[in-house]
Amino acid sequence: MRWWCLCLILVAPAAIGAETKDPLDSARWEEMRKQFFPGERVVFDDRVKVSAPKFAEDSMNVPVTVNADGLRDVQEIVVFADFNPILKVLEFYPDRAKPFLGFRFKLQQASPVRAAAKTSDGVWHVGGAWVDAAGGGCTAPGAGRAAAGWEKMLNEVSGRVWSAPDLSRRVRLRVMHPMDTGLAPGIPAFYIEQLVLRDNRGTSYIRLKTFEPVSENPVFTFDLPAGTETAGPLVLSGVDNNGNKIASTIKP
Amino acid sequence: MNLRFVLLVAFAIATAALAAAFDYGLQPQKIAEGTYVLIGKTEDFSLENGGNIQNVGFIVTSAGVVVIDTGPSKRYGEQFRAAIRKVTDKPIVKVLITHFHPDHFLGNQAFTDVSLAALPATIKGIQAMGGPFADNLYRMCGDWEAGTEPVVPTVAQVGGVETIGDHTLEYIALAGHTDGDLAVFDRTTGVLFAGDLVFFERAATTPHANVAAWLDSLKRLREVPYKKLIPGHGPVVSDARAIDQTGTYLEWLDVTLRGAAEKGDDMAEVMARPIPKQFADIPLVQHEFTRSVTHLFPALEQQALAAGK
Repeated sequence: MRWWCLCLILVAPAAIGAETKDPLDSARWEEMRKQFFPGERVVFDDRVKVSAPKFAEDSMNVPVTVNADGLRDVQEIVVFADFNPILKVLEFYPDRAKPFLGFRFKLQQASPVRAAAKTSDGVWHVGGAWVDAAGGGCTAPGAGRAAAGWEKMLNEVSGRVWSAPDLSRRVRLRVMHPMDTGLAPGIPAFYIEQLVLRDNRGTSYIRLKTFEPVSENPVFTFDLPAGTETAGPLVLSGVDNNGNKIASTIKP
Repeated sequence: MNLRFVLLVAFAIATAALAAAFDYGLQPQKIAEGTYVLIGKTEDFSLENGGNIQNVGFIVTSAGVVVIDTGPSKRYGEQFRAAIRKVTDKPIVKVLITHFHPDHFLGNQAFTDVSLAALPATIKGIQAMGGPFADNLYRMCGDWEAGTEPVVPTVAQVGGVETIGDHTLEYIALAGHTDGDLAVFDRTTGVLFAGDLVFFERAATTPHANVAAWLDSLKRLREVPYKKLIPGHGPVVSDARAIDQTGTYLEWLDVTLRGAAEKGDDMAEVMARPIPKQFADIPLVQHEFTRSVTHLFPALEQQALAAGK
């Protein structure tokens, strides 16, 4: 009996600790919690899968997928990097899409990249991964800046839809945009703020709010479940922080 | 034993340890008549290996020494030159740089009294990237790189045949690993210095690669009647295994990345793919695959997206 009590004492704090201790052991986590989730309930949750390389071969283009398909009723996903000079990368609202997103972002130094998925009960479920980086992803000018005529391509969209046999669809698209952070000397912040993908009747599949750390000429990957297909093209619209509009259609 | 003696001993030990720490321990291996190679570790750049991850070599001809690549740092260049001096007191008459990657030319500072030759594309690459390359190696290898500065070769090498003393050398101007890849075939001994067009038992790197051009260059190298082949990285071979390994890996890489782009995979999903059994044991293959996806996937992805419009 006494032995059994001892076990209980040992196990109980460990169980509580598992819920609150940052699995990525980042010195910045408490600050992140205060900034992104003030007064809200936050749990670390393996069902929010963040897939990224262990190191950034190109600090300007670190590829990440977030998959929260193991959670029910995800309302919103916020992505941020603890040690980036601009923390928030994007907000993703998977209105009629799977809670899955692929994108690339700029990383200034080694940092956790985290995704927090908010379920309808108001709880934030946080997953993440460490990415090592040599530095300079946010304070260096984009490669396209060096090429003449980038402004002629501004906000041009290329996109494609892949349909699976079960009628679920994958959508990939790229928007031509410098996505300047404002941290490179002499180049003011210039970035896409919003993208919405709708069906041809105007009902949204996804909404994205994007911020400075998203990579130049950003590429996104979304998954639309079976049963959401309509006749006609997908419609992408958006706007950057200078008011330039993005408008394009993607054939199914 | 007084304090001064203790400090003196401690100082001597520390100095010896430091000196040993920056000694690459270069030992030229004779692989053919007058022909020596220095084989680097099949690793990535690190504080432990000081950047000694590549192969270099030299040919002692009756008219002097021909050096092929100078290594990753000023210290390496100096120690390489000292190692050549132990083998022969003939003058160094020519230094050939196979391509513009830093592990192959950052030892140039030890050879500035000799004519440094490279393909025009290599010269251009060193001019553009030499500084950032040296900074990057300093970050990865620390004080092994102390004092290292890029030295740009001044002689534009062209393909062709040159007789130096009692050796006849064939310069084969190729591309694919970079925009300019020089292979050197010694017709006198049958030794082929393949540069980084060939990797063996060390995964190929692709930061400036054009895979199609690279595969063409391997086809050309297969026609060379070599007896021994020195890859840019990895052990010396006397058969086609090294070319085969590099070729099959690059073909797999190309097919895999094209296929992934065409079926709509995200870049992070491609990186998470398992390496096939055939290549899984090649040192650094996981690391280089991750890097190669970064280098090569965006262009293939863009082709696939453009096809959707």
